[in-house]
Amino acid sequence: MSLFSLLGAVEIGLIFSLVALGVFISFRLLRFPDLTVDGSFPLGGAVCAVLISTGTNPYVATLAATAAGAGAGLITGWLNVKLKIMDLLASILMMIALYSINLRIMGGPNVPLINDPTLFTLLQPEGMADYVARPALLLVIVIAAKLAMDWFFATERGLAIRATGSNARMARAQGVNTGAMVLLGMAVSNALVALAGALFAQTQGGADISMGIGTIVIGLAAVIVGESILPSRRLVWATLAVIIGAIVYRFFIALALNSDFIGLKAQDLNLVTAVLVTVALVIPQIKRKLSARRR
Amino acid sequence: MKQSSWAPLGAIALALVAAAPLAQAQQKSVAVTAIVEHPALDAIRDGVKASLAAAGYEEGKTLKWQYQSAQGNTGTAAQIARKFVGDQPDAIVAIATPSAQAVVAATKTVPVIFSAVTDPVAAKLVKDWEPSKTNVTGVSDLLALDKQMELVKQVVPNAKRVGVVYNPGEANSAVVVKELKALLPKMGMTLVEAAAPRSVDVGSAARSLIGKADVIYTSTDNNVVSAYESLVKVGQEAKLPLIAADADSVKRGAIASYGINYRDLGEQTGRMVVRVLKGEKPGDIKPEISTKLELTVNPGAAEKQGVKLSDAFIKSAAHIVK
Repeated sequence: MSLFSLLGAVEIGLIFSLVALGVFISFRLLRFPDLTVDGSFPLGGAVCAVLISTGTNPYVATLAATAAGAGAGLITGWLNVKLKIMDLLASILMMIALYSINLRIMGGPNVPLINDPTLFTLLQPEGMADYVARPALLLVIVIAAKLAMDWFFATERGLAIRATGSNARMARAQGVNTGAMVLLGMAVSNALVALAGALFAQTQGGADISMGIGTIVIGLAAVIVGESILPSRRLVWATLAVIIGAIVYRFFIALALNSDFIGLKAQDLNLVTAVLVTVALVIPQIKRKLSARRR
Repeated sequence: MKQSSWAPLGAIALALVAAAPLAQAQQKSVAVTAIVEHPALDAIRDGVKASLAAAGYEEGKTLKWQYQSAQGNTGTAAQIARKFVGDQPDAIVAIATPSAQAVVAATKTVPVIFSAVTDPVAAKLVKDWEPSKTNVTGVSDLLALDKQMELVKQVVPNAKRVGVVYNPGEANSAVVVKELKALLPKMGMTLVEAAAPRSVDVGSAARSLIGKADVIYTSTDNNVVSAYESLVKVGQEAKLPLIAADADSVKRGAIASYGINYRDLGEQTGRMVVRVLKGEKPGDIKPEISTKLELTVNPGAAEKQGVKLSDAFIKSAAHIVK
């Protein structure tokens, strides 16, 4: 595997670690099975790409994309809390609605951003190659997002969101407005996912209507891989684990892409990725068993 | 426990080293990627390979061939693009718009030949249809409308008014209509538009053309294609000949189509790759559109729509629908 391919995996892994952090909030902290992600990821990309290609400053475009994601999360939460639609269905409804909305925003299935200024071209230090600068900048963004999350979920409001997720009845008894907490948590979660979509569009040459397919699966896989590599109940470690999980997952794909030397073909890619992830999940268990037997 | 949980990472690092590609100097290397497995896209890939073989680049001997499909995932497409750029092949072939954009965003130096990108200018892969002076060129699957209109003249020689049923909300169709407006007067014909914003409107839009048009031409408009049978009904009732842009619509009742054969499109792409492998700069090669279109004819439909096709014309078809 070349350095280029390695840094590419880190870069895309870092972008998807923002998705994974968002999925961690909805699935783990709020216990809300949220599929909106498949729509809010391309939503972020769409808003960002359209704004940049019509001449808006990339910073503003990225922020607007993040806000759009928060809006999508709020609507999913609202469908669930106010209209009493089951959580999974509410998120499915929002996901399919976003497909049409994204087409409307983009005015077509694809908005290219190949020669336009992006966050990355603006912030690229002189004399640093873009394939190094991009992951470096993303690392800063992801660490900032992680620290902000660690801080937020330790505040009173953040703790109320976590309480809502672990025991809603108990939280209500303590005077927590659980409905509002679901809305807030979903907004934060989808804002992160849309931010990831905006960064993805800026690094990959544009937004495409198909870019959301399977986002939730990748996000969930990253969360679970991370938890098995670095199991911890403390939030500070858990968010780090999720980020590592997202990057490791991309390494597996990069590895699968390089597996032709053992006679595997392009069509086997998803299978190879699945096998590698399974191995990563099982190894810690075997280790545990072995060390238990030794005692 | 924390210590040992890093073992999987160690295993990955080892495997990475093992996977490092062996350098081979005299071979040319071509890396091909497509966004998804799809009969048309697979045909392009096979066509590229056939052209390379015809030029003496044989896989395993004089050619290092690599193919990756993103299996429909744009994240994977981006990663494939990075991997290819890292491998530094002599040429990258990117099939369909998302894959082409990912590759072009990933490199400004490695030669990129795109294929089956309908509008490479709108996709910003190239500035215009002239040689790009960058590392990018390729073949588009855009249909040349003058050839389509020549077919209309062949089937209905005395046609003066060409009716077009289309969805004004579909970007590709809007472009076709705009171009026809400019093209038809040059060929001594005029355009008659009939809008069908939904597929259920296709029948009534076609009916509105009765008496106002001599022939109906349709592009690959999604609304029209999905409701082609309602168009066929009008064509037969009013003896209005139907000309389509894809072979599938001919099977469903159009008289003829002049469409793209994706295997040929792949071979055309492959010939461009060969030029790059032989040392030409992609920036000096003009982006092309498909030159070899395939005629599909449905003589039964022609009879029902009141058109007599000459035997020579039917014989010239690549496919005849019985």
